Amino acid sequence: MTRVQKIAVPLAALIAVHLLVVFAGFFAPYDAATQFREHPYSPPSRVHLRDGQGHVHLRPFVYAWRNNGNFAEYEEDAGRIMPIQFFVRGDRYSMLHIFHSSVHLFGIEEPAHIFILGSDGYGRDQFSRLLFGGQISLFSGLLAAALSLALGLLCGSAGGYFGGLLDALLMRTSEVFLALPWLYLLFAVRAFLPLRMSPAGTFLLLIGIIGAVGWTRPARLVRGIVLSAKERNYVLAARGFGATDWYLVRRHVLPQTRGVLLTQAAILIPQFILAEVTLSFLGLGVAEPVPSWGNMLSALQQYNVLSSYWWMIIPGPALIPIFLSYYLLARSFEQQV
Amino acid sequence: MRYLLRRVVHGAVVLVAVSILSFLLLHLAPGEFFAEMRLNPQIAPGTVDALRAQYGLDRALPVQYGLWMRSVLKGEFGYSFAYNQPVSSLLWPRVRNTLLLNTVALVIAWLLAVTLGTWSAARPGKWEDRLCAITSSTLLVIPDLMLALALLMLAVRTRWFPAGGMVAIDFADLSAGSKVKDLGAHLFLPATVIVLGTFPLLYRHVRSSVSESLTLPFVRAARGYGIRRTQLLFRQALPAAANPLVSLLGLSFGTLLSASLLVEVVLGWPGLGPMLLESILSRDVYVVIAVVLLSAALVILGGLLADVLLYWSDPRIRTDAP
Repeated sequence: MTRVQKIAVPLAALIAVHLLVVFAGFFAPYDAATQFREHPYSPPSRVHLRDGQGHVHLRPFVYAWRNNGNFAEYEEDAGRIMPIQFFVRGDRYSMLHIFHSSVHLFGIEEPAHIFILGSDGYGRDQFSRLLFGGQISLFSGLLAAALSLALGLLCGSAGGYFGGLLDALLMRTSEVFLALPWLYLLFAVRAFLPLRMSPAGTFLLLIGIIGAVGWTRPARLVRGIVLSAKERNYVLAARGFGATDWYLVRRHVLPQTRGVLLTQAAILIPQFILAEVTLSFLGLGVAEPVPSWGNMLSALQQYNVLSSYWWMIIPGPALIPIFLSYYLLARSFEQQV
Repeated sequence: MRYLLRRVVHGAVVLVAVSILSFLLLHLAPGEFFAEMRLNPQIAPGTVDALRAQYGLDRALPVQYGLWMRSVLKGEFGYSFAYNQPVSSLLWPRVRNTLLLNTVALVIAWLLAVTLGTWSAARPGKWEDRLCAITSSTLLVIPDLMLALALLMLAVRTRWFPAGGMVAIDFADLSAGSKVKDLGAHLFLPATVIVLGTFPLLYRHVRSSVSESLTLPFVRAARGYGIRRTQLLFRQALPAAANPLVSLLGLSFGTLLSASLLVEVVLGWPGLGPMLLESILSRDVYVVIAVVLLSAALVILGGLLADVLLYWSDPRIRTDAP
């Protein structure tokens, strides 16, 4: 692969995933909170093209699940062919709080349901929850990394450029942060804050905590670059011509940190996504009924889910292609710098 | 030596800063252990006040910090509200379990990383090297939470390994031999997750520093003299590559109490992880502070250890040291 492709391919994959998640309302057949209490833990629907008599249908269809009398045990009802319909009306949703609609990409007619990744204990569609949960999990990582990098850039460049007491203070503070294992620090900071909050409040809180805890590494890296950049001859020359501090930092020093910031972003974002997932998994993050990949996985803390309903682990594998894309991005950024 | 002394003092200052910071933040945080008791109509408000007074929670913050510091010096680390015991008596059994798990896991991870890293550095571009590179990259992008859950699921379904816990229910009745076997079986899953989680990073560091040292003139000369390959790798190249690895070893030592946090919670290993989580949820502040402080102390100690080891192993550093 050429150098451009090495960046373009993972970037395109990430953009696709984020679009899928942002427009979750359209791509998901149901709302994240819609419950079908009579269908707890239905296995993933199997999509067929050929029915029991051997007839081939043009339109893909699923069989309705029929409960066989025991809790959460189902079999396909061969008599009821439910064709998958596209652009159907269903639960109302809003995208980005701007567009409101009720058109979904696909769905099937009531009373049957389509659960392409199965359903959870309340009979909620895992696929819909995966998409809506991605809004929380992926964007908390993204925004926390943005916060961390902004803090790192600010502290690192201020400390490196002005030096002196400010620099010493910032670096000693960062040492205190670095002395604590990362996850412990996250836990400890979370422990200082109220445990029960509104979902939106928790989301912002998580971004704040994760971003604030992670500022040290970018700050130290940026500081190193700024320290070497400000001694370069052209910077000294510009200063000799009467350039102000602000001009020097903006024009000559900060542009040099671009490569490091990009690499750090690609390293930090997956780490922060995982931080949100971990906190929510442990019940310290976003709480039910709002889905996040972490609190979806926390169903696996029950023994019966672990032993019988494998599709509940899906948010876990869903992280892997995303992490892979960020990893590839980080590697190609690193090679470029 | 003066340098080391300075490092020790510096580490102690950082620890005190961590303790003050965590103490302050935890006490200023909204909600406390006794808040829920207040809501209980069966407990008189006077009782709650008396309890708070007994634990010294009604005193001014600096006084509380002083009291707590005194109990730290006595080795008690404060008092747990939930268990009504000195924190240390809760802490040490947990520390022992966590240390056991992490020591086993990190030793295995290091052995694997050093052998595979050295071995594949000697065969750049061959299929063995490629295989190791692909494996480590794959492991790097699988989050350890996912790994732990997947292995737990496997254990529950196949019953090959006990799922969760540290020992079987009838552990006390087992003979010494089967006790070890039982512990080993329980240790397998959490240790595997930690090994798989730490291996890729260690492997990469080992491989890159060994392949760098293979280009050094004296290693080339040794190769020219026809010294056998294993001897060349492990007697010449690996020691020459040791410096960054020694620093890494120190860092690794620093994580002995913290690397397994998540794995312990997911797989039910009775270590520090579950205790920290439980005490955060119930606002048992002194337990939280003790766990955080202890792990920070170990990280600082790890950094110190790395310096001492470097000082001891590399004469160049010994003469350079100010």
